[in-house]
Amino acid sequence: MQLFLESLFNGVAIGSVLLVAALGLAIVFGLMGVINLAHGELMMLGAYSTYITQLIFKQVSFLKPYYDLYVIVAIGIAFLVSGTVGILLERTVIRRLYGSPLETLLATWGVSLILQQFVRSVPLAYASGLVVALFFGLFSPLFISDNLLSGAKGKLIRACAWGFSALLGVATGGILSSLVSKLSRASARNVDVTAPSWMRGGIDFLGITFPKTRLLIILITVISVLVVIAFLDKTAWGIRIRAVTQNRPMSDCLGISTEKVDIITFGIGSGLAGVAGVAVSLLGSVGPNVGGNYIVGCFMVVVLGGVGNLLGTILASFSIGIMTDLIGAGRLLTIWPDMPSPLYSTIDFFATTSMARVMIFALIVIFLQFKPTGMFPQKGRMVES
Amino acid sequence: MKLSKRIFAGLATASLAVTVTACGGSDSSGNFDDTVTVGILHSLSGTMAISESTLVDTEKMAIEEINAAGGVTVDGKSYKIEYIVEDGASDWPTFAEKSKKLIDQDGVPVVFGGWTSASRKAMLPVYESKDAFLYYPIQYEAQECSNNIFYTGATPNQQSEPATDFMYKRSPAAGGDFFLVGSDYVFPRTSNTITKAQVKQLGGKVVGEDYLPLGNTEVAPIISKIKVALPDGGIIVNTLNGDQNVAFFKQIQDAGITPSNGYYVMNYSIAEEEISTIGPEFLEGHYGAWNYMMSIDTPASKKFAKSFKKRWGSDRVVADPQESAYNMVYLWKQAVEDAGTFDDNAVREALVGQTFDAPQGPVEVMPNHHLSQTVRIGEINAEGGFTILEETGVVEPQAWNQKHPSSKGYACDWTDPKKGEKYRM
Repeated sequence: MQLFLESLFNGVAIGSVLLVAALGLAIVFGLMGVINLAHGELMMLGAYSTYITQLIFKQVSFLKPYYDLYVIVAIGIAFLVSGTVGILLERTVIRRLYGSPLETLLATWGVSLILQQFVRSVPLAYASGLVVALFFGLFSPLFISDNLLSGAKGKLIRACAWGFSALLGVATGGILSSLVSKLSRASARNVDVTAPSWMRGGIDFLGITFPKTRLLIILITVISVLVVIAFLDKTAWGIRIRAVTQNRPMSDCLGISTEKVDIITFGIGSGLAGVAGVAVSLLGSVGPNVGGNYIVGCFMVVVLGGVGNLLGTILASFSIGIMTDLIGAGRLLTIWPDMPSPLYSTIDFFATTSMARVMIFALIVIFLQFKPTGMFPQKGRMVES
Repeated sequence: MKLSKRIFAGLATASLAVTVTACGGSDSSGNFDDTVTVGILHSLSGTMAISESTLVDTEKMAIEEINAAGGVTVDGKSYKIEYIVEDGASDWPTFAEKSKKLIDQDGVPVVFGGWTSASRKAMLPVYESKDAFLYYPIQYEAQECSNNIFYTGATPNQQSEPATDFMYKRSPAAGGDFFLVGSDYVFPRTSNTITKAQVKQLGGKVVGEDYLPLGNTEVAPIISKIKVALPDGGIIVNTLNGDQNVAFFKQIQDAGITPSNGYYVMNYSIAEEEISTIGPEFLEGHYGAWNYMMSIDTPASKKFAKSFKKRWGSDRVVADPQESAYNMVYLWKQAVEDAGTFDDNAVREALVGQTFDAPQGPVEVMPNHHLSQTVRIGEINAEGGFTILEETGVVEPQAWNQKHPSSKGYACDWTDPKKGEKYRM
């Protein structure tokens, strides 16, 4: 029983990291059919946001008493940062490449390389300034009434808004770099996010130690999934998104602004990548390559679950998580020590982290032979098919 | 018209400035008779840049020190050392390509370079085919002995073997079972093969072993395995690489695998630089084994740390790989002076038997192109350094490990033409 619980917990813990990372991708990939190879780098930006938030909470005197809560603030900031960069990416690159998946794949891969090098060679303070400028530049027109934005006067106002945002960005960069000297120099060195003390250690329950960071990541995942489901099911934009997912041209004909839907979807998907970045920053170190380590796992989850299906994504990530623990930690050997020796040695051979990955990939390939569209294929008539 | 004149004036000033600086450069070296250019080849970009750039810094410092002390004296003429730095870009074929460039195009008499075993394996054929010389400064898995490479890092019998011995006999977990964790590549696998053989000899038991694919940071299954294999504490030997250590130590602490619960980790890839990255709060109470530790309390060691901080910034630290890099520049200089020429083959002969008072203490070049050096076991303390617990005497290097089943009974000796790379003792 104890073993079962422990294995289940581990599986869920591994699965929830995969799930939170793949959630954004599932929405983007499902809705737009865009293979976004920069998804991992959007996670990386989320992880760096956590790091910067942590430093700000350490340095600024009026925030210091709330240091223990910085992770929660970081989740919001990471969502906004990655979401902003995602929207910029959608507006500048992906929008021009709809309908040509191969070009999108190459372009987003290029973007991922640019983002990696960007955090290596630009001081983080100025990088944050740039994101702040982008954020206000992209979003301020939404808060100005449409009358003002029309005509020649509109252009001027837009330009002013951008100018103001740029100033704000420069100010942020300046303030941050003078406040936290670590952020004022560019560095390729990996940085570290330290969990506040209440999140370190584990909780002993039924003879098993549950690491607190893992519990928090499971919590973040559950909340993200619930919020996404509620958004897609209950809100008007959620329903529009689902409509576009099912049939883009038909939704377009019915008066849904697919362009806006694309922006919102991509923004949310990217923002969720940022949230995933917060989660992974709690587990390991934060560096330019942190996202790349997860991207393959994310695609695996999305493909296995069935494109465009959240339930599939959830089930797929948890089954991969549980399989990883079952195979990788050699659970079967502990449960059934007297199994026939050929079987024992086979399982023992796969009971290492490297071989467990091989085994899981093999199992997924076999599964996809029988169900090429994943666990839950999309039903209904699709124009693409 | 006016504008173009101004541009012309600007250009003229700029070119004048360049000429002046160039003159300034050679003026300062006025008291040298000639210059010699050496090659430095490490990754300045890519994943390995973080580690390897510290070696470039150290090698530059050693060269500057030698120049300040009058340069290299060959045949009564003093030579100023100049260097060409090439970027291996964390890409192993690039290391081979840049080596060719340094040897053929720049004609350097020696190249200081490399970090990963993969980069060394890629460079080895280049140096052997061109009969050129590479100085390699990192502790590694050995099982190699090239006539054209000079290894100043530790071999396993100068690091992991004394460490295993310490863990099994004298650590707080003495007599306990072993669990081996490493990244999935040649160094951890070879090192662990040796450790397994040694633990068996000592009468201990290795109860588990796992390798994390490079780039993967999901250590949860490994933690589960450790808890099943070592329910009441024991010895963990860690050869994980770089960032994977951060994930490993953060998560084992949360899972209760800590010194206070009887789990002690011996690390072969964590030096002062890595401690400050991972955070001492995660590593305190665990162990490391190196030839050089920054906390060595000798004038030579203090001077080394002090000059490095002075040259590159007070927040910088020195660690074992840097000390090896520092030593090799000095050893090359001594060998050149003894040989009386920069010619590779004469320097190679003069090199064997060279001794040097290194920051770690005396070192000597052995006939197998490795260094005899001191081994230290340290406990990681809250300040991010090592508290040195044990110090062996000077240990001779084994290029072919005597505990590894494939190389037992073999040795390497380049001073005797009958023996060479691998002969039966």
